[in-house]
Amino acid sequence: MSTDTAVQPRGQVNDHQTPVISVRNLWKVFGPNAERVPGSAELAALSRRELRERARCTAAVREVSFDVAPGEVFVVMGLSGSGKSTLVRCLTRLIEPTAGEVVFEGEDILRADKKRLRELRRRKFSMVFQHFGLLPYRTVVDNVGYGLEIRGAGRAERIRRANEVIELVGLDGYENAYPDQLSGGMQQRVGLARALAGDPDVLFFDEPFSALDPLIRRDMQNEVIRLHRQVGKTMVFITHDLSEALKLGDRILLMRDGNVVQAGTGDELVGAPADDYVRDFVQDVPRADVLTLRWIMRPARDSDQLDGPELGPGVIVRDAVRTVLAADRPVRVVENGELLGVVGHAEVLDIVAGNQAGA
Amino acid sequence: MATTTMTGSSTRTTPRRRITKPLAVVGLLALWLVAWTLLRGQDMLELPRATLTDLHHWLNDVNDSVGASRNSNPLFLYFFNEIRAVMDALVTFVQGLIAQPAYGRPVPVLGWLGVVALVSYASWAFGNWRVALLAAGGFTLFGLQGLWQESMDTLALTLVAVFVSLLFGIPLGILAGVSDRFHRLITPVLDLMQTMPTFVYLAPLTLVFLIGPASATIATLIYAMPPAIRITAHGIRSVPAPPVEATDSFGATRRQRLTKALLPLSKRTIVLGVNQTIMAALAMVTVAALIDAPGLGKTVIKALQTTDVGTAFNAGVAIVVMAIVLDRVTTAASIRAEQGGGEANPRIRRLLLAGFGLVAAVCSYLSYTYLWASEFPEGGQLGEYLSQGATTVTTWAQHNLADLTAAVKDGVTIALLNPLEALLAESPWWLMGAVIVLLAALIGNLRAAAVAAVCVGLLVGSGLWNASMVTLAMTLVATLLVVTLGVVIGVWMGRSSRADRVIRPVLDAGQTMPAFVYLIPVVALFSVSRFSAIVAGVVYAAPVAIKLVADGVRAIPESTVEAATAAGSNTWQTITKVQLPMARQSLLLATNQGLIYVLSMVVIGGLVGAGALGYEVVAGFSQGQLYGKGLAAGVAIVVLGIMLDRIARAAAQRSDRAPSANQT
Repeated sequence: MSTDTAVQPRGQVNDHQTPVISVRNLWKVFGPNAERVPGSAELAALSRRELRERARCTAAVREVSFDVAPGEVFVVMGLSGSGKSTLVRCLTRLIEPTAGEVVFEGEDILRADKKRLRELRRRKFSMVFQHFGLLPYRTVVDNVGYGLEIRGAGRAERIRRANEVIELVGLDGYENAYPDQLSGGMQQRVGLARALAGDPDVLFFDEPFSALDPLIRRDMQNEVIRLHRQVGKTMVFITHDLSEALKLGDRILLMRDGNVVQAGTGDELVGAPADDYVRDFVQDVPRADVLTLRWIMRPARDSDQLDGPELGPGVIVRDAVRTVLAADRPVRVVENGELLGVVGHAEVLDIVAGNQAGA
Repeated sequence: MATTTMTGSSTRTTPRRRITKPLAVVGLLALWLVAWTLLRGQDMLELPRATLTDLHHWLNDVNDSVGASRNSNPLFLYFFNEIRAVMDALVTFVQGLIAQPAYGRPVPVLGWLGVVALVSYASWAFGNWRVALLAAGGFTLFGLQGLWQESMDTLALTLVAVFVSLLFGIPLGILAGVSDRFHRLITPVLDLMQTMPTFVYLAPLTLVFLIGPASATIATLIYAMPPAIRITAHGIRSVPAPPVEATDSFGATRRQRLTKALLPLSKRTIVLGVNQTIMAALAMVTVAALIDAPGLGKTVIKALQTTDVGTAFNAGVAIVVMAIVLDRVTTAASIRAEQGGGEANPRIRRLLLAGFGLVAAVCSYLSYTYLWASEFPEGGQLGEYLSQGATTVTTWAQHNLADLTAAVKDGVTIALLNPLEALLAESPWWLMGAVIVLLAALIGNLRAAAVAAVCVGLLVGSGLWNASMVTLAMTLVATLLVVTLGVVIGVWMGRSSRADRVIRPVLDAGQTMPAFVYLIPVVALFSVSRFSAIVAGVVYAAPVAIKLVADGVRAIPESTVEAATAAGSNTWQTITKVQLPMARQSLLLATNQGLIYVLSMVVIGGLVGAGALGYEVVAGFSQGQLYGKGLAAGVAIVVLGIMLDRIARAAAQRSDRAPSANQT
């Protein structure tokens, strides 16, 4: 695990890094003769509904492409039925994709034979599930060591490693409990520990906190952020909850009906929605919590006094409110010594008060 | 969702069908009645009891030639005879252990003390101390009743059949659980095995395996294996998806997936399957007395044939006790499989296991060495008390309840059975056959009609058309009673939790009893008659039907019933307008199952005066020259069963088509 990616500031992914996972034109079609759909320009162009009527097929994932950079938290978001859970299963071939490629560390996973795929699953990936997927007849230790057991590790090693990760997720003292003796949040901690135990390169999360109470959910989200800082794993995170996506995601991919609607950082989605669907989706987001000064600054006018406080363009509006309002002149937005623009009381108040300006 | 077109077309056609179908059925029945009054008594195809058709003679010849070629035909030499030899060896071995003198000893290897000790020890180790006490008490009772050896014979046969059933059933079940293709392949086979009236394959089996313990064991395992396969497959298939998917996500091989996720997660269901297998085996072993299986069943049959209710009752009690003991012990074992024993200290348990094990071993040794521990002490008068008591009660009932029982019996016989029998059996065969086929087409579909036509042809061909129709009349009356009971008691149980709590255990207990036992009180009350056979069928089939209806009513969402109440429905309206229509699927299933269960009692009914097909089958087992006729009667029962089942299924499918056609 590389610690340098972990301390990288969130929201800033280096575009020049080789991606860990690179997905190209991925399709998953359910139904008879599904494989003809991606190849046929005519069928591929149909809407989901038309396709179902014409070919009795359902396209869950349609021509999806994206890259996941090392160490980033990549969120796939969408409402139920948007294909996000199918997508994440296609990445490890828990569901067999219909067409496209999934390149992991330079290797096309879709070409891997059964043995290689098993090896990848055992060493490189692991997954956290919405309904936890714990084995009820095993204690916490045995559940956490499950992946290692599948991999063929000895009992002593399993227990040693399991105890390490159990401590990491804050479950010490519950090693010998059974899953049904734990609360939902604690069960998911077991799921998390189980995923971490094998020291994988990539962690997949399939709506891991959807089944939890809101308060517990917040705890678990913070837990993921903490773990991400601590272990620096690449994470692919599926959710239907926009605030969760914005909170956790370095970058977010928004899906609808199997298509990618928009991909970008959280402030890009809120600040520059690609279409009305996205705009609708993000309209209730507290913009001050998401947008950075880059999105609300205006060019400096001649009348501006340019000796006010200085802030970076990546500063979130809410964190800048106090500084902006305390100053009697506009705040300068500066990056690498260059003046990008200024932010005054009007711009900040617009955002805080929830006006639509600044988009 | 995607079914607008289907739903649309079916709503368009439904109103038309609603007008024409019942009218057509009523018209058909009216025509039939008219034709019946005119043609009554013609072409009834009656066959006197001692008369045989060419088919029956031919079957007798086949039986003789099979008998003659048993030691020359390679199929027999290398296949059937081998199976029979293995079965015989297994049965003889277990009998030698616990039931019959063997290995040059005047007594079995293990005497009563050893058996009681080992059974109690196993019950405690796999279950708990309560079932261990039950087992010890139950087995001691067999001795006190003077039925030790008969009980051990029954137990030996049951054990062998269960062993072989599980040996094949569980692996097949696992295969059906993980492989969709195999599941599709085996489901119709299991359906057939379970739809087929159980006592029917006794006859063909004796053709191949002769009468005796080997045939009895094979018949038993045919009956007992389907639940093992089905429940194991069901257990594996109903393992929740998340843990299995998680297992896959860690790169498990197929084997790991099976051993680490699927099997442990379905363990409890599989043990439940073992329970069902044991109960089915015990039920069948007692019935297999018809083909000369040793044990308690034989005692019951002999006593019933001489209407010795007392002796039959004594043996019946032993069968019931054995059923209760086996059921409770395996249920306790399945609970332990799921939850663990709940002992605070595993070390103490290990010590106890070793200690009690030693005690059981010592008892076994004593029973091996000393006669007092081997043969159950004489002087157990309990059996005589029981049988005298039962005889007294029967005599009393026959003297004092005669008015009541006769009224019930005559009421059903005169009001329902006689007219229906006259209608079915005294119609010309071609008229009756046409009515059946047309009815199948009207309430079912064309395919059901085609099946019905073939079945009618086979029944005529069997030479037992008239007997088949008499049996059909009895089956229909019994089914009518079963469905009535099912609706009345089932709705009551579905609506009242208290009723459910009280009645359900009684039904559960009723279902674990071997069917045979029901005959005893029935004969005691109603003596030997067609009505007794109907009552036996009803008693056998009613628990299933009642439970299905109750579960159906119970499964209706509370909000629906609440909405009906809020709209001001009274209880009757709620039942007739909401609960019964919504539980329609369960009602249909209850009817179908009721039919099958009733029909499977037909042979048993033959023992207590049912006449017709049941009698022919029973007579075929006992009299060589009637063998062919009995075999044909057995086939006729199967054909009747298939016909009724297919028509009922088609009718159920048809009434269900509109809402579910889109689920493809």
